[in-house]
Amino acid sequence: MTEERPGVETDAYNFAYLDEQTKRMIRRAILKGVAIPGYQVPFASREMPMPYGWGTGGVQVTAACLTPEDRLKVIDQGADDTTNAVSIRKFFERTAGVETTEHTTEATVIQTRHRIPETPMTEDQILVYQVPIPEPLRFLEPRETETRKMHGLEEYGLMHVKLYEDIARHGEIATAYAYPVKVEGRYVMDPSPIPKFDNPRLESPALQLFGAGREQRIYAVPPYSKVVSLDFEDHPFDPSKADHPCALCGAENTYLDEVIMDDAGGRMFVCSDTDYCATRQAEGHRGAQSAPFTEAAE
Amino acid sequence: MQTEALTGGFANPPIDSAAGFRAALNAMARPGKIETVSGGTAPAPVSAAAAVLLLTLCDAETPLYLAPGVDSPAMRDWGAFHIGAPLVKAEEAQFALGDWAALSPLERFRIGNAEYPDRSATLIVEMPDLSNNGAILSGPGIETTAQLSLPEVEIFRANRALFPLGLDFYFCAGERLAALPRSTKVEAA
Repeated sequence: MTEERPGVETDAYNFAYLDEQTKRMIRRAILKGVAIPGYQVPFASREMPMPYGWGTGGVQVTAACLTPEDRLKVIDQGADDTTNAVSIRKFFERTAGVETTEHTTEATVIQTRHRIPETPMTEDQILVYQVPIPEPLRFLEPRETETRKMHGLEEYGLMHVKLYEDIARHGEIATAYAYPVKVEGRYVMDPSPIPKFDNPRLESPALQLFGAGREQRIYAVPPYSKVVSLDFEDHPFDPSKADHPCALCGAENTYLDEVIMDDAGGRMFVCSDTDYCATRQAEGHRGAQSAPFTEAAE
Repeated sequence: MQTEALTGGFANPPIDSAAGFRAALNAMARPGKIETVSGGTAPAPVSAAAAVLLLTLCDAETPLYLAPGVDSPAMRDWGAFHIGAPLVKAEEAQFALGDWAALSPLERFRIGNAEYPDRSATLIVEMPDLSNNGAILSGPGIETTAQLSLPEVEIFRANRALFPLGLDFYFCAGERLAALPRSTKVEAA
């Protein structure tokens, strides 16, 4: 029954790798996660053919959501061409036979490690996050029994103390990634290690699903949910970014990677979102160090 | 009657259930949005949409309650063959199927507990019709407001007041389904 596509070994695997009973279990967890925004639903995470820490949670969520008509994009820290992104993309090309793309606008499902694409998401897209430690309170309270109680009682004082201690020590909230948020005024949630620059875009028209494979948790932020980054009245949340334009496309409003160029302090700042940067360059935008300029200089 | 139990399952389970789940997910993520599904048929009077939900989400791990009206020998046979879900009382059910009157009173169903609010029942409600008129919905998944022809209002307001505990609902009519998670605020139109 499976549609044949050249080069696709769909016969060798069940659609999207996982067996049907596993997918039903994951799907039930996803639906409860959507019904309780920000709450971490336990699920029976399976071993995947990649190590924990490589996105096994995201892969299982993606596998449970994919349909043959989907077009999948996978990014790792914003890049489509890093090992993690390439191997997960290949995994689903091979086991689900779905089309893949590097363009945010063409994708229906986007699996991401630690970034939200710069291009605004739409209602027709699902964003799947890979999550290493889903519990925002874990580094403050190591016992699962206790953190579960704290979520149950909405007892988040400890998190505010942590942020306050940041201010007392550093003069500002020093948390730069995995910045805790409160979803729909109820659950404090770890948005996965995205830079806090991305936090404002957690309020999105797209459905956002979070999968933590090793920690066996799934959670969700439904479209248009209220997602508030925790802060204080006198120290409001600041989605900071490096104070440079992108050296390749000149964008002033994107999250930048700092690239060390030599051992003499040379460095450049480039967009972390490779598709956004490449699209802008194709449209003719140029940064201070983009190719035509450097070639002309040589 | 013997053969009726053997038909009506998914022709291609991995693909059909993927499509069924995406519709169920979109519905739950956007309360009030009506999705159309196909591929499953259960004995009358169970709707095609409810059959797809059962085939997509239920298996031997999910205790199922069949309310009077859908709890027939034919339906039990069909469920035993295609789903294998243990049939239980309302109090123990993870999923429940029936029309609105037969599912009442809702206090019987599990609403989860403070530490595990996900351990709550999902009710699949058979409706005569489904339209985007009636009760006004707002909350997660809804940009401003949405409307859905709910059987009543007060009971869903009470359910919302339990948040993060509470019941989640699917409403089915023919091949169409919509969802109402516990997070949605419901007001009379």
